[in-house]
Amino acid sequence: MKKQRIIPFSKAINEALHLSMTKDKNVILYGLGVDDPMEIFGTTKGLAKKFGNDRVFDVPTSENAITGVGIGASIGGLIPVMTHQRLDFFLLAMDQLVNAAAKWYFMFGEQKSIPITIRLIIGRGWGQGPTHSQNLQSWFAHIPGLKVVMPSTPQDAKGLLLASIADKNPVVFLEHRWLHNLKGHVDTKFTPIPLGEASVLRKGRDITLVTMSYSTIEAIHAADYLKENFNIACEIIDLRTVSPIDYKTVFKSIVKTKKVLVLDTGMKNCSISSEIISRITEKFWGRLENKPEQLALPDFPEGTSPALTKEYHVRAEDIIKRVLSMSNIKQKQKISLDRQFSHDVPGDWFSGPF
Amino acid sequence: MHLKLLKMMIRIRSLEERIASEYSSQEMRCPTHLSIGQEAAAAGVGLALSKKDVAVSSHRGHGHYVGKGGNLKRMMAEIYGKATGCSMGRGGSMHLIDREVGFEGTTAIVGNSIPVGVGLGLALQAKKMKNVSVIFLGDGAIEEGAFYESANFAAVRNLPVLFICENNLYSVYSPLNVRQPKNRKIYKMVQGMGIKSIIVDGNNVEDVYKAVLKAKAEILKKKQPIFIEMSTYRWREHCGPNFDNHIGYRDEKEFLRWKKKDPIKIFSNRLLNNHKISEVQLKKIYTSIEKEIDEAFDFAKKSPFPKLALSTSTIFAK
Repeated sequence: MKKQRIIPFSKAINEALHLSMTKDKNVILYGLGVDDPMEIFGTTKGLAKKFGNDRVFDVPTSENAITGVGIGASIGGLIPVMTHQRLDFFLLAMDQLVNAAAKWYFMFGEQKSIPITIRLIIGRGWGQGPTHSQNLQSWFAHIPGLKVVMPSTPQDAKGLLLASIADKNPVVFLEHRWLHNLKGHVDTKFTPIPLGEASVLRKGRDITLVTMSYSTIEAIHAADYLKENFNIACEIIDLRTVSPIDYKTVFKSIVKTKKVLVLDTGMKNCSISSEIISRITEKFWGRLENKPEQLALPDFPEGTSPALTKEYHVRAEDIIKRVLSMSNIKQKQKISLDRQFSHDVPGDWFSGPF
Repeated sequence: MHLKLLKMMIRIRSLEERIASEYSSQEMRCPTHLSIGQEAAAAGVGLALSKKDVAVSSHRGHGHYVGKGGNLKRMMAEIYGKATGCSMGRGGSMHLIDREVGFEGTTAIVGNSIPVGVGLGLALQAKKMKNVSVIFLGDGAIEEGAFYESANFAAVRNLPVLFICENNLYSVYSPLNVRQPKNRKIYKMVQGMGIKSIIVDGNNVEDVYKAVLKAKAEILKKKQPIFIEMSTYRWREHCGPNFDNHIGYRDEKEFLRWKKKDPIKIFSNRLLNNHKISEVQLKKIYTSIEKEIDEAFDFAKKSPFPKLALSTSTIFAK
């Protein structure tokens, strides 16, 4: 068997950008700092040098205008990829996103779609605080005309970014900062992964865990623990695309397990997880072993101090506890996974500042 | 070219007069923003451009669409909400598009199409085209952040963009003096951003036409955007078919002063006085345009309504 290549998520993103720009000369990449020495956490490494300033360029600090510029460039035949180092800054561009990018195809009678990919990075912990950590996927998912992608694994990051750039429609591509250094097997080819298809990351008969983005990683830790200590087999459905949602795959799993816990990286109120729970309830009312449940952030902003994030996020321990309670297993002792690093970082590799 | 300019202004005026007179029949069921009084800008700019030059505009975009050569039948069908409309009845008066003539769309949110027009300029530059992207905006849009961001972007990347700012003194019912400092000249402020910027009489169609021809050549030669302010005045209410001088935000005297500067009357009188056109010819122009408009309204009224299709194919391209 051939040895598998292991690379980090950020390099997988970088590779997708290199491949897309090589394949189609109309692809352009821009955003504040895309060619600066930090290279957007390594994701834009080598692109400016390889493709030149006409195709890879830094921009003025004008989130709204550069979104509209991308829309206009799309109409003119280019395929823009725009990057923001934090999602929160992109909130300045809601007019262009909602009133223009998302509407153009519908509003002008299906004459021109807007093939723009908008990469937004979501922060967490280590002082990111109220305005550098927002998971607003449900905002974007609420808008018809947008596709919203949230990869969890390096292979998916690459494949989904390739598909997003090739897609003829606007795609909001959400990268969780805590995933950038996650390593995994990634192929070397141009292999787009279709948008709107969830992946069954783990097969299991006892309970379905529906996940997205970073919550997938905590779910994997939880699933391992539950299997080892309680022989509970979790089926992990990683949504990968949160709009449109692959309900077919989710429902298929629930028919088997009759038990579902949905995880969200964002706040509970009007969340993706609430929406999924609602659809499951409509479809499976009275046919499940437990009421469908969810774990999401409380409906409050993330505080900056490390003391304020310790019990704020959903971690593997919380997932384990919830699965045990849904399985009618009483667990008296405290569940604590062995971690060698602080609660507010994804691992030793992250020591701030953003 | 004189006759073309005159004819275009009359076409825009007559079409909008017809919209105004038919509006009360409740068949055009969407907000419309008439540009009666402002035809010189639309005609002068539109005719100075080629089909491959692209343009975007705002909520008050009928004239710009027609001036650029947009299809009248499909425009009227759109305003009547018909399937044959230029946007299949989904956009109405504020979302006109005719890609065949490089008219890439009007949008309804103030300032919304400005960065889009700059992006079209970016694409022209990337594809090494010898064309410009024209952005129609009003004095209200000058107050939007999108304008400064977009103008700055066009300047820093040397884009082939022509900003046409029709200053008609009002944003809805709010006069310029409550919106911008007293002694500001919009075009001078834009000069301060490092963009070549001039002002022309927006009611003089020849001045507009010549200024745009010159600007286009200069944009392509010097590889830099240009901003043109055009002073003008809308005769009718902000939105709808009526006159609104009586409601109290502006007075009849001001309106009458501007009415004396009617771009069509001034230009047609000049052509008559210089014997470039005869009364008979002028009458013929009106007759032939009325026929065009009859046909457009007839097409619109006879066209079928669209069907509601709740399918993802209406929001996503395959």
